[in-house]
Amino acid sequence: MTHHAITVLGHDRPGIIAEATRILADLGMNLEDSTMTLLRGHFAMTLVGSGEVEAAAVEEALAPLTAAGDLTVSVREVPEEQVSARVGTSWVLTVHGGDRPGIVSTIVGQVAELGGNITDLTTRLAGELYLLVAEVDLPAGVDVESLRTALRAAGDDLGVGVSLHEVEADDL
Amino acid sequence: MSTPAELVGWDVARLGVDGRVLEVVRAPAPVLSTPGEAVDPRAADTVQLAADLVATMRVSPGCVGLAAPQVGVGARVFCVDVSEHPKTRDHHGTFVLCNAEVLESSRNDRSREGCMSVPDFTGEVKRASRLVVRGELPGTGEQVLVTANAFEARALQHEMDHCAGLLFLDRVAGAHAVHARKTYL
Repeated sequence: MTHHAITVLGHDRPGIIAEATRILADLGMNLEDSTMTLLRGHFAMTLVGSGEVEAAAVEEALAPLTAAGDLTVSVREVPEEQVSARVGTSWVLTVHGGDRPGIVSTIVGQVAELGGNITDLTTRLAGELYLLVAEVDLPAGVDVESLRTALRAAGDDLGVGVSLHEVEADDL
Repeated sequence: MSTPAELVGWDVARLGVDGRVLEVVRAPAPVLSTPGEAVDPRAADTVQLAADLVATMRVSPGCVGLAAPQVGVGARVFCVDVSEHPKTRDHHGTFVLCNAEVLESSRNDRSREGCMSVPDFTGEVKRASRLVVRGELPGTGEQVLVTANAFEARALQHEMDHCAGLLFLDRVAGAHAVHARKTYL
């Protein structure tokens, strides 16, 4: 079984997902994890799928998607990753404020400095308002209060508000 | 028909049978996606099921409720006990209801839920924080009302969903409202 990382990017229109996934299904590929969204109106699909087929063959099969010249497709073989249990705690980081360059790099730099790992991150720009929401794993022993203080200070410099709260999920 | 009385002071000992710890089934088991059958609350197998649900809930760390489909039985029976949970305001202790239905619900709030039958995901789900439920007690078949709020209301709705063949995954607020469960050592 081979795993492929596949991206489809470009001009949005109804039916891209239907066409792409039909082609992959016809190749006998199993879509495992995927995200598909619109980024500033552009269609963006990223997925990892598995099957008994070479990357070049997948790319060739997806070629009709690119015929109109407004979508690009990439297919790359990737090794299977082992997801291991983590030691630490899970947090949601939210940043919002006036748009300006450097918000993401400055904020996530603070997280990286402490060995925090970002497992999901979305940013959106709407008018002047810039929004970042991230899920962050912090290693055991991290002083969360000093991270919060550092994030707020960085936020103040950027003119944005930063909040960090622990993920709570109630088992029912 | 007179209005049923509010549930007070139920105890699993009233069932008069020992509960057995059953295996909790996980999605995609079909029983979790199939509406449960109405039961006869006085039937011996219903009473045994009620005791088994409580016994299984009690040995499962952090478990505040369990529905029959979660132990592989497609029946409208569930137990709840939120008395030890930090988010609980008012509660009714441990109880089991059969054939429960929602009479009133209001004041939705949104919170992230997990489920023993869906161990790899959590999801944001909007649920009523004020709830009135009518159900039947196993053993006697007596109809009771449960007027619940806050976390107990959420737990009741989660378990009643199980009895209707629904998982929290069926109620998540959007494509970004389901999260991979972080497994920590």
